[in-house]
Amino acid sequence: MPKTKYDVAIVGGGHNGLTTACYLAKAGLKVAVIERHSYVGGAAVSRELHPGWTYSNCSYVCSLLRPEIFRDLELSKYGLQIIPYEGSATMLDDGRFYAHYSDHDLNYRSIAQFSKKDAEAYERFGKDVMRQCKIIKPLLKMTPPDPTSFRPKDIMGLLDFAKYFAAKDELGGLGEKEIYDTIRFWTMSVRDYLEEYFESDVVKAHLAGSAIIGTALGPYSPGSAYVLLHHYMGEVDGTVGAWGYSRGGMGSITKAMAASLKANGGDIIAGSPVTKILIKNNRSHGVVLENGDEIFADKLVSNLDVKRTFLKVVEKKELPDDFYNAVKNFKIRGSSGKLNIALDDLPIWKSIPEGDPAGTGDLHITQSIEEMEGAYDDWKDGRWSQFPYVDMCIPSINDPTMAPQGKHYMSVFVQYVPYNLADGGWTEEKRLEFGKHVMSRIGSYSENFNDIIKHAEIRTPKELEKEVGLTEGNIFQGELTMDQLMFNRPIPGYAQYKTPIKNLYMCGSSTHPGGGVMGAPGANAAREILIDLKKQFNSHYI
Amino acid sequence: MNNSFSFTKPLLETPFHERTYEACYNNDWYRWAGYKIAREYSNTELEYTAMRNTAGVLDITPMHKYDIKGADAIKFVDKLVTRNVTEIKSGQVMYIIWCNEDGNVIDDGTVFCFDSNHLRIFCAERNLNWFSDTAIGFDVEVEDVSDTIAALAFQGPLSCKILNLLNVKNIENLKPFYFDDFDLNGCKVTISRTGFSGDLGYEIWCKNEDAISVWDSLFKFNRDYKVLPAGMNALEMVRVEAGFIQPNADFMSAEQALRPNRMRNPFELGMGWLVDLNKNYFTGKKNLVDLKKKTLTKKLVGLDIQGDKPAIGSVLYDKNKKEIGIVTAGMWSPSLKSNIAFGYVDKDHMKIGSKVFAEIYHPEELEYKKIWAECSVVKKQFFNPPRRHKVPAEI
Repeated sequence: MPKTKYDVAIVGGGHNGLTTACYLAKAGLKVAVIERHSYVGGAAVSRELHPGWTYSNCSYVCSLLRPEIFRDLELSKYGLQIIPYEGSATMLDDGRFYAHYSDHDLNYRSIAQFSKKDAEAYERFGKDVMRQCKIIKPLLKMTPPDPTSFRPKDIMGLLDFAKYFAAKDELGGLGEKEIYDTIRFWTMSVRDYLEEYFESDVVKAHLAGSAIIGTALGPYSPGSAYVLLHHYMGEVDGTVGAWGYSRGGMGSITKAMAASLKANGGDIIAGSPVTKILIKNNRSHGVVLENGDEIFADKLVSNLDVKRTFLKVVEKKELPDDFYNAVKNFKIRGSSGKLNIALDDLPIWKSIPEGDPAGTGDLHITQSIEEMEGAYDDWKDGRWSQFPYVDMCIPSINDPTMAPQGKHYMSVFVQYVPYNLADGGWTEEKRLEFGKHVMSRIGSYSENFNDIIKHAEIRTPKELEKEVGLTEGNIFQGELTMDQLMFNRPIPGYAQYKTPIKNLYMCGSSTHPGGGVMGAPGANAAREILIDLKKQFNSHYI
Repeated sequence: MNNSFSFTKPLLETPFHERTYEACYNNDWYRWAGYKIAREYSNTELEYTAMRNTAGVLDITPMHKYDIKGADAIKFVDKLVTRNVTEIKSGQVMYIIWCNEDGNVIDDGTVFCFDSNHLRIFCAERNLNWFSDTAIGFDVEVEDVSDTIAALAFQGPLSCKILNLLNVKNIENLKPFYFDDFDLNGCKVTISRTGFSGDLGYEIWCKNEDAISVWDSLFKFNRDYKVLPAGMNALEMVRVEAGFIQPNADFMSAEQALRPNRMRNPFELGMGWLVDLNKNYFTGKKNLVDLKKKTLTKKLVGLDIQGDKPAIGSVLYDKNKKEIGIVTAGMWSPSLKSNIAFGYVDKDHMKIGSKVFAEIYHPEELEYKKIWAECSVVKKQFFNPPRRHKVPAEI
C-alpha cells in the first residue's frame, strides 16, 4: 500500500460516494474512494451472475439521477446512456391488464377502458404531482437549513426557502392553497391521496405501487404519499416522472462515474473493506482496512448508511450519547426482496400482447390497494407477503446488451419481505421457498414463464445487507418519512452532511434528499466540503 | 411509387415509399429535394433513441448523386473541392466541401472512388450546373444519377451486428470512410461506413427495384433488436450532437444566398482543416489564400449552454450585452444531458472556453420566459463514441 496522504477519502464506492469523489477531484483535490468489493457501484451495479447475462441486480431502473450531475461528470463521454421506456402495466387476475403509455392520447384511451372519469382525473393528478415535483426539485439540491439555528447561513437558507415559495416566475406564485396542498401531500397516505382523484381500484393500485417500493409503509400509512412523489420527481430529458434503463445495466452509471473520477486524477482503492475510522481529539484522520493497512486523509466521507457508519466503523466512545442513540433509533427497516432471472425466451403474458409498449416498462402484479395493505400486514407479522406487490421489468427488450440474442433478463422487485422472519430466522430453504413463491405468482400470469427460467438469483433483505452493506437491506439507506427527511435526515442537527466528528462527513442516501440512484446527496456533500475548504464548486448543479 | 408528372402531386415518392408511408403513422412529411420524406414516423424521441441504442433506418434517397467518369475524374474533383483528393484510392470515401471563386462554401458532401476513372459525389443540394461548368476542359462526363439509386442510412450501435446477422460478409472489417459491394438479402448493394449520426453506421445504396427488399431485411431481427425507421426530426438531433453542419441551416449556400453577407467561407464554418492551400489550383483558392491571412470576424462554434432550455433562434451577447452573433441550431441532447447549440460568435469569442450569453425565450403555459444563459464555447463535435471508429466494428 503506497503511503499517500489524501485530501479526502470516501468510504464506500456507491453512486453517491463516487459523485462526491468526482466533484472533489474536479475541484483539484487529491481524492480516493475506498471500496470493500473488487468492483465499485454499491447498489448500482451490473453483474454477470449467469454466463452471457448481465443483471442490474440491485437497483434496476433510472430516473432520479440528476441530469446536472450526468452533465458535470461528463458521463456520456464515459459510456453512460439512458434509454427511456414507453409504458407500464398492471396485470389483473381476470385476464385483463391496465396500462400507462408515454403517448398522451394512448394513455387516455387506456385508462378510459376502465373509467372515463379516471382517465380525465389522471390529467389533474398529473398536473398536481408535477407541481409538487417542481416545488421539490430545487430542495433536492439544497443543503437543508437548520430551523433551530441562528447562524447566518441557516437563516439565509430559510429565507431562500420562503422566497422560493413566494416566487412568482418560477412556480407562478404559490398561494396559501398550494402550500396547504404540499403539506398535506407530504404527510398523508397514498390511499387517501389517490381517493381524492380516482374511482377505479386498478387505477389506484397501479399508481400506489410507487408509494410502497422499498418502504416499510403500507398504502394506508400516513407519509406514504411522499414516497410516491419521491419516485416521480425524476425525469428523462424533461419528461418529469419518466423512467428509463441504463444501457448495460445500472452498473454503467457507476462505471462511468469511476472513469470520470480516474480521468480527474482520483484513485479507487477496491477490495479494501474499512473496519475503523481513525479519530484523535474528535477529529478523523484516516481509516484502517481489514488487512490492517491504514489510509490517511485530511477529510473522510462516509457513503455507508448512518447506522453502519456510526455503529460499525466509528467507535462508540468517540460519539456523544444523544447522537449515538438517535442513530440507533434511525428507521432503516428492510422490506424488499429481489429476483434476477435469466430467461430463455420472451415471457408470453396471458394479458399483455407481445410488442405492446406497456410490456417494455415496469410490470406490476397487484389487484387493489387493499391487497397491497394486506401484503404489508404480512410483513408486520414477520412473513413475506402471500400476495406480494411485484414490480418487474425486462430491460433486455429495450437494452440489447443485457442478454444473448433472443434471450432475456428479468428484474423482479418484491414488496414486502421482512428482514427477520417471525418463525425463526432466514435459512437457505426459506430463501429458496420465498423465490419459488414469487416465481409461481409470476408464472400464473404467463403462458411460458415456468419453462423459460434458466437461472434465478433470489435475494432477501439479508442478501441485500450482506452484499451491498445496506443495514437491514433497506434500499433507501433509511425510511423516507417526514421524521427522517429534510433537516431531520439522518439525525436532527446533523442534516448538513456533517457529523459530531470533525472532518468526518456523510454523503450516502441516509442524508438529504434520500434514496434512489439520484446522486444529489453525493453532490450536496461535495459542495459542503468545498465550502469548508473555501474552494469553488463548479457545477450546472446550482 | 408513382412519380409521373402531375400538377396536383408536386412531390416525388422514393422507392421506399410503400414502406415509409405504412410506417409514417403521423403522416408528417418533409420536403427534401422534391421528395416526400417522413419528418416524424410516430415519435421523434423513440426514433432518436433507436439510432443511439439499436439502429435507425433513414430514407436518404433524395441525396443528389453525380457520377464523374473519365480519365480526368480525380483531377476534376481536385479542382472542384478544397481538399486534396489526388491520393484517393478505390473503395475510399472522402468528406468534401466546394466553394465559389470568392471562397464561399457552396455545399458539402462525400466523394466515393470506384476507380481512378469513376468517382461519385453525394450531396444535399443540386449541383449539376456547377459541376458541369467546372468540368469544362477536363476529360470527364458529369451525370446526374440521383433518380437511379435508392439509399438508406442504417445508423446505430447495432447496425453492424444486424448486417452481420443478415450474412453481409465481412461487414465488420469495413473501415470508416470506405465502401464495398455486398450481397444483402439477395440484392447487390453498395455499403459505405458513413453517415450523419456521429455513431457507428452505414449507408446502403441499391437499385430502385431492390429497395423494398433491402428495407425489409433491415427489420428482420426486430423481435430481438428493435430497429425503427427514423424521420428527419431525429436526424436533426443526431447530426447536431455529431457536430455536422448543414447548408441552408447553419449557413447559406453561396449559390443560393440572396444577400451576399449571408455567405460563409470554410474558415468561418470551422472547416479550415478541409482546405489545402498547398495543393494545385482549385476553385476559390486565390481568395482563400487571402482570407487565411485575415483575422476572422465571425466563426461557427459549438456552445454548451447553462440550464436545460434549448436556445433555438437565440441571439448571442457578450458580457456587456453587446450583440455578437446568433444560434443556428440548438437542442437538449438526450445522450449528453446537455443543452447544446451551434452559433456564430465574433472575433473576441472564438476560442474554446470563451464565455458568451444567449437570450432564450422559453414558452411556458402561454407565456414566454426570458432566460439569460451563460454559454461556453466548445468544439462542435459533442458526441463521438469509441464504437464509431472501432475496426472491426462491434458485432
